[in-house]
Amino acid sequence: MIGTLRGLGVSPGLAAGPVCRMEDASRLSGGPWTAASPAVEADTAVRALLAASLSLSALAEKAAEPEARAILEAQSFIAADPLLQESVEENVRNGMHALDAITAACARHREALVAAGGYFAERAADLDDIRNRAVAAARNLPMSALPDPGHPFVLVAEDLSPADTVALDPATVLAVVTEKGGPTSHTAILARARGVPAVVACRGARELRDGTLVAVDGALGEVRTGIGEEEAAGIMRRAAEKRDRLRTSTGPGRTADGHPVKLLLNIGSAADLGTEVAAEGVGLFRTEFLFLDRRTAPEMDEQVAAYEAVFRALPGDRVVVRTLDAGTDKPLPFLGLPEETNPALGVRGLRVARARPEVLDTQLDAIAAAARAAGVRPWVMAPMVTTVAEAADFARRARSRGIADVGAMVEVPAAALRASRLLAELDFLSVGTNDLSQYTCAVDRQHGELADLLDPWQPALLRLVAECADAGRRAGKPVGVCGEAAADPLLAPVLAGLGVTSLSMSALSVPAVREALAARTMAECEHAARSALEADGPAEARRHAG
Amino acid sequence: MPERTVVIASRTGLHARPAKIFVEAAARQGTPVRIRVGDGKPVPANSILAVLALGAVHGTEVTLDADGPDADTALDSLAELLARDLDADE
Repeated sequence: MIGTLRGLGVSPGLAAGPVCRMEDASRLSGGPWTAASPAVEADTAVRALLAASLSLSALAEKAAEPEARAILEAQSFIAADPLLQESVEENVRNGMHALDAITAACARHREALVAAGGYFAERAADLDDIRNRAVAAARNLPMSALPDPGHPFVLVAEDLSPADTVALDPATVLAVVTEKGGPTSHTAILARARGVPAVVACRGARELRDGTLVAVDGALGEVRTGIGEEEAAGIMRRAAEKRDRLRTSTGPGRTADGHPVKLLLNIGSAADLGTEVAAEGVGLFRTEFLFLDRRTAPEMDEQVAAYEAVFRALPGDRVVVRTLDAGTDKPLPFLGLPEETNPALGVRGLRVARARPEVLDTQLDAIAAAARAAGVRPWVMAPMVTTVAEAADFARRARSRGIADVGAMVEVPAAALRASRLLAELDFLSVGTNDLSQYTCAVDRQHGELADLLDPWQPALLRLVAECADAGRRAGKPVGVCGEAAADPLLAPVLAGLGVTSLSMSALSVPAVREALAARTMAECEHAARSALEADGPAEARRHAG
Repeated sequence: MPERTVVIASRTGLHARPAKIFVEAAARQGTPVRIRVGDGKPVPANSILAVLALGAVHGTEVTLDADGPDADTALDSLAELLARDLDADE
């Protein structure tokens, strides 16, 4: 088979090497099994569940990422559940073999979770993982089917369980390609965290055979077959050179011809700044952490201390503070807001100030006081601004407290369409592409099956970003982008070409974005931006821009 | 049989971390405790699978019951736990 497979690129980077497939769960099928005495079967089954539980907690301890650790700890806890054990024992009493008893017990509890619906149903997949590990243990097979061919390889699997993903060794796994999965799957999150290129939702991945040489592009989401040893070696050499370059990359963001594009960080508190800040400031300081888990609003003093810590850590740099972004979509008990049937379209972001203006006023007082104490000039923006009147009201509140640089997040298409008028009231805009995608294409941000519509390369989304950037250019005021889009090294030159003046992202993403900008002149960025806007869809936009 | 009825205070409901904290606490009690939603079937409170399958979200009213000499102490401490936002204790 010669050709190119396409999926979703979820962890950028290039790699090439031989395919090594992971066996799917069918390796554990077989039978029918003839049961020995119930006592023997019960003993085997209960031991197998215990082994599964222990192996999962051991992996949890090894996991560096907190999300992964929490998932594996929960799975280990479920595998040790007394009710699961009871179901298994009941099954063997009815004459089942240990293997069938485990499978049937897991299936029964899986059904109960699915019936509970919502986020309870999301745990159902845990029972599949537990069943597979317990059955493997009972048959004396390795619990993980991760291959170990003794040389570096491109891992191809139907899907990866959290446990498999945690056990991946970046030294031997060159890239990951899965038939299933989405951009927010564990595979995607962990591959990104480890810098392993990954393509998920890759149709046709199951056709790839062991030993076939493939080239994986984790940004474009492409898996190319039909390459030779020499080409594969060349790709790996270039990938290694690039990694070395990125490790040592420093300095401000600029295009090849020196046009500046500020590289800023998204943070949640001073703790996220770490020791070495390889960026030019903070483009999005989320303040929600102060407000979570509270029965009452945080006191002024507590807020001042938290903001001051960030201001003092970055004395000469721009720090953009976003006021509380909460509401019925991210409920905070002390706000006392009623539940809504459609929270994403309800009282959230700046809209909370309609019901609780004093929360916003106290926060603005605290930001102003912290800035005075640290001797800095803060930038402050409000989330979910929709109309010019809202922008004007927010600006008035902030300016009356001596805050000079006042802006808005553009997350609602209505705001993007009125960007020029917003900038008559404000000093800057910051486009939040995650929410702007959800509202532009009318897709819930968490909707796995409609992920293609949330692609930041959707030309309609880029058109709204262009609207904001144009308004900024005309007014001579900065327009930045924060959100996933700003961290995409392929998209960065397009955003710069649209006229975006800063990109805000996690610290991990900064080097690749800096490198991508430095490789293009402003004229090339502008050309890429025009092509992306002219495209009919994300795939075409990426091809034109690349 | 002694009972306590309490409203789930945790923001994420009886799920993830709050569910685990509750189940672990129930397993530590000197007597078996059961939990139900409304008139539903009571299930063992020391089983994470049973507790998750209740589907109890923020604001759901649940009833705990237990028997034996330690019942009241156990019920009081578990009811107190459910009435707290368990997502809040980091």
